[in-house]
Amino acid sequence: MHPAPSVIIFSTFSGLGFGLLAWLGIGLPAVTGWVAFVFYVIAYLLAVGGLIASTFHLGHPERALKAFTQWRTSWLSREGWLAVLALLVMAVHGAGLVFFDQHWWPVGLIGAALSLGAVFSTSMIYAQLKAIPRWHQKLTPVNFLSLSIAGGALLAGQVTWAIVLLLVAGAVQLATWLIGDGAFARSGTNMASATRLGTIGKVRAFEPPHTGTNYLLREFVYVIGRKHSFKLRIIAIMLMAVVPVILLLLPFHHIEALLAVLSHLAGVLAARWLFFAEAEHVVGLYYGKR
Amino acid sequence: MTQHQPKLDLSPKVSDEIRKTTCYMCACRCGIDVHLKDGKVAYIEGNRDHPVNSGVLCAKGSAGIMQHNAPARLRAPLKRVGPRGSGEFEEISWDEAYDIAVSWLEPIRNTNPEKLAFFTGRDQSQSFTSLWAQAFGTPNYAAHGGFCSVNMATAGIYTMGGSFWEFGQPDWDHTKLFMLFGVAEDHDSNPIKMGLGKLKKRGARVIGVNPIRTGYNAIADDWVGITPGTDGLLILSMIHCLMKAGKIDLTYLAQYTDAPVLLNCDEKSPDFGLFLRDENGKELVIDRVTGKPTAFDQPGVKPDLSATYRNKGITHRPVFHQMAEKYLSDAYTPEAVAERCGIPAARIRAIAAEIARVAFEEAIELDHPWTDFRGETHKTMTGRPVSFHAMRGISAHANGFQTCRALHVLQIILGTVEVPGGFRFKPPYPKPAKVHPKPHVGVNAGAPLNGPHLGFVHGPEDLALKDDGTPARIDKAFTWENPMSSHGLMHMVISNAHAGDPYKIDTLFMYMANMSWNSSMNSGGVMEMLTDTDENGDYVIPRIIYSDAYSSEMVAYADLILPDTTYLERHDCISLLDRPICEADAAADAIRWPVVEPDRNVKGFQSALCDLGARLDLPGFVNEDGSQKYADYADYIVNHQRRPGIGPLAGWRMGPNGLQSGRGGVNEGQLDNYIANGGFFIEHIPAGANYYKPWNRAYQDWAVKLGLYDAPQPYLFNLYVEPMRKFQIAAEGHGERQPPDHLRERIKATMSPLPIWYDADQHGNEGFPVTALTQRPMAMYHSWGGQNAWLRQLHGHNPMYLPSKLMAQHSLTDGDWARITSPHGEITVPVMEMAALNENTIWTWNAIGKRKGTWALEHDAPEATKGFLLNHLIHELLPPKGDGLRWANSDPITGQAAWFDLKVRIEKTTAPAEAKPVYPPVTSPVGTGPKELAWKVGK
Amino acid sequence: MTSLPQSTTRKLGLVIDLDTCVGCHACVISCKGWNTENYGAPLSDQSPYGADPSGTFLNRVHSYEVQPPEGQAQLVHFPKSCLHCEDAPCVTVCPTGASYKRVEDGIVLVNESDCIGCGLCAWACPYGAREMDQVEKVMKKCTLCVDRIYNENIPEVDRIPTCVRTCPAGARHFGDLGDPDSDVSVLVAERGGMDLMPEQGTKPVNKYLPPRPKDTLGDIDILAPFLAPIDAEPKGFLGWLDKALEKL
Ligand SMILES: Nc1nc2c(c(=O)[nH]1)N[C@H]1C(S)=C(S)[C@@H](COP(=O)(O)OP(=O)(O)OC[C@H]3O[C@@H](n4cnc5c(=O)[nH]c(N)nc54)[C@H](O)[C@@H]3O)O[C@H]1N2
Ligand SMILES: Nc1nc2c(c(=O)[nH]1)N[C@H]1C(S)=C(S)[C@@H](COP(=O)(O)OP(=O)(O)OC[C@H]3O[C@@H](n4cnc5c(=O)[nH]c(N)nc54)[C@H](O)[C@@H]3O)O[C@H]1N2
Ligand code: SF4
Ligand code: SF4
Ligand code: SF4
Ligand code: SF4
Ligand code: SF4
Ligand SMILES: [Mo]
Repeated sequence: MHPAPSVIIFSTFSGLGFGLLAWLGIGLPAVTGWVAFVFYVIAYLLAVGGLIASTFHLGHPERALKAFTQWRTSWLSREGWLAVLALLVMAVHGAGLVFFDQHWWPVGLIGAALSLGAVFSTSMIYAQLKAIPRWHQKLTPVNFLSLSIAGGALLAGQVTWAIVLLLVAGAVQLATWLIGDGAFARSGTNMASATRLGTIGKVRAFEPPHTGTNYLLREFVYVIGRKHSFKLRIIAIMLMAVVPVILLLLPFHHIEALLAVLSHLAGVLAARWLFFAEAEHVVGLYYGKR
Repeated sequence: MTQHQPKLDLSPKVSDEIRKTTCYMCACRCGIDVHLKDGKVAYIEGNRDHPVNSGVLCAKGSAGIMQHNAPARLRAPLKRVGPRGSGEFEEISWDEAYDIAVSWLEPIRNTNPEKLAFFTGRDQSQSFTSLWAQAFGTPNYAAHGGFCSVNMATAGIYTMGGSFWEFGQPDWDHTKLFMLFGVAEDHDSNPIKMGLGKLKKRGARVIGVNPIRTGYNAIADDWVGITPGTDGLLILSMIHCLMKAGKIDLTYLAQYTDAPVLLNCDEKSPDFGLFLRDENGKELVIDRVTGKPTAFDQPGVKPDLSATYRNKGITHRPVFHQMAEKYLSDAYTPEAVAERCGIPAARIRAIAAEIARVAFEEAIELDHPWTDFRGETHKTMTGRPVSFHAMRGISAHANGFQTCRALHVLQIILGTVEVPGGFRFKPPYPKPAKVHPKPHVGVNAGAPLNGPHLGFVHGPEDLALKDDGTPARIDKAFTWENPMSSHGLMHMVISNAHAGDPYKIDTLFMYMANMSWNSSMNSGGVMEMLTDTDENGDYVIPRIIYSDAYSSEMVAYADLILPDTTYLERHDCISLLDRPICEADAAADAIRWPVVEPDRNVKGFQSALCDLGARLDLPGFVNEDGSQKYADYADYIVNHQRRPGIGPLAGWRMGPNGLQSGRGGVNEGQLDNYIANGGFFIEHIPAGANYYKPWNRAYQDWAVKLGLYDAPQPYLFNLYVEPMRKFQIAAEGHGERQPPDHLRERIKATMSPLPIWYDADQHGNEGFPVTALTQRPMAMYHSWGGQNAWLRQLHGHNPMYLPSKLMAQHSLTDGDWARITSPHGEITVPVMEMAALNENTIWTWNAIGKRKGTWALEHDAPEATKGFLLNHLIHELLPPKGDGLRWANSDPITGQAAWFDLKVRIEKTTAPAEAKPVYPPVTSPVGTGPKELAWKVGK
Repeated sequence: MTSLPQSTTRKLGLVIDLDTCVGCHACVISCKGWNTENYGAPLSDQSPYGADPSGTFLNRVHSYEVQPPEGQAQLVHFPKSCLHCEDAPCVTVCPTGASYKRVEDGIVLVNESDCIGCGLCAWACPYGAREMDQVEKVMKKCTLCVDRIYNENIPEVDRIPTCVRTCPAGARHFGDLGDPDSDVSVLVAERGGMDLMPEQGTKPVNKYLPPRPKDTLGDIDILAPFLAPIDAEPKGFLGWLDKALEKL
């Protein structure tokens, strides 16, 4: 899949933002007033910024409201609802913390659930797609959620939690990659099933339908070298989990904490880039690009 | 859950108006419905009622809207202002353009009309353009047949009075076994596809003989990946098998062919190898009833295929006798030819056996009584449901004429021509060679030529030679080098004119031929010839006038451009005098008419010729008072009469009792009648007249009534082409007209009156072991499809396809580049693997490569950076043999360009920035097209 | 509405005969022509005369080479447009309801005025049957020529998709695949019509007819008698000829 910056930024930032909101919702860190305000600003900047980035990917952002209509069937629509609800509910919760010095538990818990729900539905937008076997697996939501929660813990300054969760998220990330590597083959979709010519013999794509390119090739057929992706995976996992954990294990310092956050962010961005770049759409088979 | 579906308008208005005309995205001439909205072309679909396409339309046809609106359309007459080849022009008025043309042409006509060479490329108005050339008085006229498929056309006409190509078709409704040789697309594009569809529906077997398995050959049930250039051998081997097994139609051979005609078999006789004729010139056969030699067409004659006849000490034997001797020889056993053809002997036998089985075990009988030319009535029509079709794959070789002949002989011995289930002619064919005109070259200053330029020769006496024996025509057609060159040799015009051999010319006038690019062999050499100057700095070819509709590669090489309209903006006439749109069951012709008016200062070329003809005072183009005779082409189409009662169009002619078909006087409303009928006219052949046409009285009478013939002209098929023997006799030293010595042996060897196979001249091909071919893409028409925004997305560049073996041998993988070298030149191009390909053949799509600056494309268009022409490797001459002579890369009989004899070698190389050779860009006279298209006419 | 109908009254679709398709691209361009002028936004082209021409097409013809274990490689031309799946994933993912499957005939359509151009439906389609138009930024797909097949301004014979009408080889068939007695259903039954990527669970309505067995004409044993020589000697041939002519 074409690694479009808008979706990478969207899923990474909003994942982090909603992760932080979830932590804030359960009252960690237990902050109020200006400090709470700063945390909320960060969370909203991330979450809303991500959402805004996602609209760059739309052909008709001015019609974006229509996307709320199909929550019964569409994960994208659900994601919209959950994100908006999470932001609204958490705004109430935040107002309580900032202005009233109050932690309204039920509101916070609902908001946290909604925030994680938003992340979950984001992940389901991808995980539901059978046509992209690497995404179509149970670990995809686990991967998104674990990163979101771990990143949230990091931002929320929950050092212990963050260390544990980052290690968990890193492990999930590794598993996601490894299991994902075989997903296409396991899906059972191949040249033979795509063309149904396999009963005659071995199928090879000959002339493509057009000598030029097209939307499908641009959008779905992105080829990344195996060596290249291996390197990126190492970098991603290092930045996302290993480096932050080491930094967190060092004696606490704000600079280190900031570095841990930035490293994690960079790691997740790299992983998300890989998430798209490594994902192969079955349509590539029709073009012999697999 | 309830569904909320938007309400759709399921019956939107398709258009304001439908105008029915004829497609010209290629030469197949399908009927089209042009939908107009607000007077603009909105959508084009096939005309369901049309005889050619019955509603279907190919990709090109549907893309007509993009061609019609192409940014590459020329806008006004152009006068060259920069050097030739630069593309620098200024727009001028038509008056100025005519004045320039007249100032060049008038002096020539008054002194040496042959100094005008008028060649008209992909012309579909040859009966008109040749009339113009004849009136001008130059012998130097032809269209593009010489580089296209003259082998196919002439082999068919000399053998059986008609050919494949667009002059005949398999009996798609009855055939049970169809064998296709060397066809990728053909002129009859849609009809062939429709026919194949019919066969597939019935489950009939299709055998494709082609080194490349794409398109038609991909859907063939059996694919025979033959070694290029060896089809003749394969066919002769099948003839061998069938004769040996007696699987031949003796009745048919005896009744309708020259198989029983007696041949002089005395080697010492001056008439050795010629037919025995009676005092009326009729061929003689031995009648099995009387045992006596009898004219072939006598009522009740039962011609004998084996009898020997001795007369005045000379032994005469039937043609078939000689065939048996020749083809039963072991040289033609499948085992003997297998290796050379690259086909296992068992497979050849299996195919021959299947042909025999279907022809004789599955014969069909149609309940149509008919009477033959001898007066004998037959209760039914016997059909042998095996049919064949072939095109350039067998004809564009130096042995193409004989190979095409061999294929016809195969069909004829099976008795499957003009019978149900076999191959059928389309009117005006059948029409034997002897009723066609002979070539004329009688030149007189200021006067018309003494007759038509092209035709069929029947012996050395008909050659187009001057009194001193030198060629009378600039293209050397009808000379000892290629005696039976019935279509002329357009591919030799520029090189001969440049060499001043046989003489120099003054003005080269061309129409619709991209001669500086894809229609020339040796495109690079041609560009040099067109720009070459003499010691005075003058161009060696002094003047070039060219008519094109688009900014093609050739435009840059002309001094004066007459811009044509698009096919939707002009009148055209697809005439029975020319290459009509007939079907095996009907005579038909068609028109084009301006369904929209041009929005530029352009003019239909034929209309421009009407103007120019008048300004030059050409007889036939001026009235007695000297005024212009035809205001435009439409005027000509309606009012011209070739012979009394016969005009360009056969429909709706004026008769004594109103409108009638075929013969008749001028009808001023004729074009309106055509338009009202969807742009075409069709007259069906009556039942009982539609098979056995060459011998069927009912057909012959119908043809006379319609004006196709002036009198019935039944004839025998010629397994043996006697005129060829006459050329051999001359080469053996007999007769007045003698070939030059260096050609004697070749004439003796190649002009065999019975089909033979010989290899193309391989001199100079040592070290070039691989054959390189081109194929036409179904969705592109030569060079002119490349300007089309929709079509160029399908074929924007062309890889060279290599068989798996050669890919491995040269360590190549898809996308690598290779240098392909021929004895003549080299190109560097991208390669791709193809498994379903003869293992010693490489190929690419034809005419995809474009010159920078042409066709309103941007300079970095893939056509110009990755696309390429194979033509740079081909030459109109063979490599030098060291005998001081240059031999043409052509069939020695017809002069047909031997495109497919090309031999190359392959070397892997690093990818260059662009496919090579690279030519500098030309200045575009039309700029480039827009950056984005969203073409919608309706609101 | 992105819920799929429980069932559709009819299942209109195409049947494509891979044994007959010659790969001419007529259907591709005819589709482009009709759908540029009709249903919704025109199908645009980018760089139409430049370096990287590309445009929106609703139907494209691929080609595949197939190498059987024994014998010669084969080539198959392979047209592909929307298969109007019964379980169309492209519909259920759509957040706006722009994508929907019609209850009355099962045609899957995009309501362009509702489409936000998110592209998700194209991601969901395993077949590559949807393309985002680069000018209008809305999703385009085969409409099964819904504006032709019921169009009262068109003669009845022509109320079929334009790709079917134009196909010169007759390799494309249109009809109701929900009716077991329809011509197309009979064809599918007779020729063993296939679903593409059945494992994707989309239940395509369009079916593909497989190429018939190729290169079977090698079995000389059965055919040999048809070539049994009439005589071993060339001279014998003339003798045979004489006798055979006698019998005529
Ligand atoms: N390598 C290789 N070369 C080949 C062949 C091959 O098989 N292999 N085939 C050969 C054969 S058979 C042929 S016929 C030739 C064909 O080659 P050409 O005869 O050159 O044919 P085209 O490229 O179709 O177009 C000729 C010109 O006609 C112009 N034209 C198009 N429409 C109109 C119109 O309406 N009016 C006017 N006045 N001009 C118009 C086009 O712009 C173009 O410049 O190519 C030959 N060249
Ligand atoms: N779409 C489209 N249609 C066209 C044209 C076009 O440009 N585009 N051009 C028109 C013109 S001008 C012409 S002349 C016709 C030509 O129509 P075709 O005769 O179909 O022309 P080509 O595409 O040159 O195909 C030649 C075929 O012969 C095969 N071949 C080559 N050498 C041999 C051989 O030795 N033996 C055998 N058995 N096969 C061989 C090649 O592989 C190729 O498949 O098409 C006309 N129709
Ligand atoms: S075959 Fe195609 S391009 Fe040629 S006349 Fe017919 S529709 Fe037009
Ligand atoms: S083919 Fe693709 S676009 Fe068409 S219905 Fe099926 S999933 Fe949807
Ligand atoms: S691109 Fe349009 S039709 Fe497709 S899912 Fe998005 S909104 Fe729906
Ligand atoms: S049915 Fe209509 S929209 Fe669909 S592919 Fe055919 S022509 Fe195109
Ligand atoms: S029009 Fe018919 S034969 Fe041509 S590519 Fe399409 S389906 Fe195949
Ligand atoms: Mo040609």
